[in-house]
Amino acid sequence: MSIGAVNLRPVENASAAARPAIRIRDLTKTFGDLVAVDHVSLDIAPGEFFMIVGPSGCGKTTLLRILAGLETASSGTIEIDVPAGSQQPDNAMVFQGDSIFPWMTVWQNAAYGLRMRKVPARTIRDVVGHYLDRTGLTRFADYYPHQLSGGMRQRVAIARAFANDPHILLMDEPFSALDAQNKLLLQEELLHIWEEHKKTVVFITHSVDEAVLLGDRVMVMTAQPGRLKQFVPVALARPRNIMELQGAPEYGELVQRIWTSLRDEVQRAREIEDKAEIGAKR
Amino acid sequence: MTVQTTVAAPPRQSALSLRDRDRILSIASPIGLLLIWEIAARTGLIDTRFFPAPSSILALLIEMLRSGELLLHTAASLRRLAFGIVIGGIPALVLGIVMGLNRTIRALVDPIIAATYPIPKSSILPLALLVFGLGEGSKIFMVAIGVFFPVAINATTGVLEINKIYLDVGRNYKASRWSMFWTIALPGALPVIMTGFKLGIGIGLILIAIAEMIGAKSGLGFLIWSAWETFAVEQMYVGLFMIALIGFVLTVALNELERFIIPWKAS
Repeated sequence: MSIGAVNLRPVENASAAARPAIRIRDLTKTFGDLVAVDHVSLDIAPGEFFMIVGPSGCGKTTLLRILAGLETASSGTIEIDVPAGSQQPDNAMVFQGDSIFPWMTVWQNAAYGLRMRKVPARTIRDVVGHYLDRTGLTRFADYYPHQLSGGMRQRVAIARAFANDPHILLMDEPFSALDAQNKLLLQEELLHIWEEHKKTVVFITHSVDEAVLLGDRVMVMTAQPGRLKQFVPVALARPRNIMELQGAPEYGELVQRIWTSLRDEVQRAREIEDKAEIGAKR
Repeated sequence: MTVQTTVAAPPRQSALSLRDRDRILSIASPIGLLLIWEIAARTGLIDTRFFPAPSSILALLIEMLRSGELLLHTAASLRRLAFGIVIGGIPALVLGIVMGLNRTIRALVDPIIAATYPIPKSSILPLALLVFGLGEGSKIFMVAIGVFFPVAINATTGVLEINKIYLDVGRNYKASRWSMFWTIALPGALPVIMTGFKLGIGIGLILIAIAEMIGAKSGLGFLIWSAWETFAVEQMYVGLFMIALIGFVLTVALNELERFIIPWKAS
């Protein structure tokens, strides 16, 4: 087993349900003197919609990038369970901001992961067709990204990740660049698509509302260095209706609770930022 | 008491008429210049030994077209240009993209390109004649060298300027090296590469004219040079006109090609 990189652990189906889908132990990542992620340990259950909130610069994106295999940890271990003999990729990431290829049409973008895995053309057609349908993009299949709005482009990114059929979905503030209405629509659509297969999701956000609306459990991270501060379980029934939920008393309580925990950290992150700025000006 | 109101013309209409006016002016100005030239030549205001009347140049152009002489020279220049673009452009494209993708190769090759790029390409002509002789080789080489630098430099820049997020997506979706090249690096850099080809072909056209003036038996450069030697000034103007025409047609054709191979570029 290698330290720092993601280890894929093949498991037989029978025992899979009882163990966590993702096991992270003492994960630390440093960039020079800067400690981005500091001894984080956590288990994520199969099918769990796991949310991470934290102030900006708390290392949450770094944590996700390590899970995605785009960075390696400085120390600690990560294990991701994959059913023995599975052909599916272990993860697919939905990036923050525009990440769909401008030189590919909507259809080609959504098919990218499957094409890289050399999946038979007929399967690609069916799967991509299905997810373009679910994201309301069928009509725009032959459009290029520059012809679409920001919300539609992010729908393509979601379709691309789901179509690749990964074991876990990694989402890095996928809706942060969208306006309020679009954000609400996409959150609802995401929940609908997710309900189909209930894949394990690790979702980063800086919005406490979003964390409660979407997640099964919320992890609050501290300001730099990024440590685990608190887990908050979100015991709200599924399938969820976002509009109804926002009026429910439990919803308000949860938002309150997480925000209280987060506020100190945001405050501290600001102090760190101010200090860095004063340092830079000298 | 009467109230006077002035009604402004709708802005859209005035914008359109402005554009029409610009178009008419842009067609009228070269025709106007030719007319003034023609009148000045006929009235003896300018020396027709150096500036023959446009009508006499046109007459010679038609005559040379009929005899097939002009086509022969034009075809010779175009063929050298085409070979030069391929021989200089393809290796430049590959080298440029590889330099963009691979840090080590970039560190190795970049100083060589930086050192040789500022040499005026026309000053290499004697060396090209020495190495490749008086035949086709030296002419094609000159075009190739002119195309090579802008294409290689732009391909490297194009790849380096690709948003890092696209490379992350490629890695996240387990794209092979080969796929990274074909699905991300090449299309991502293509708009900048295309600009490199446009620049390079422009330089190639300059160089082919110069190269054909020395030791050539055909081509538009030869046509212009032999006109100077025999003091056939009208023939010189026919050669100049043809080179200008090739430059114009190539620019239009490359713009069309760009629209075709880069359909995602927002207009």
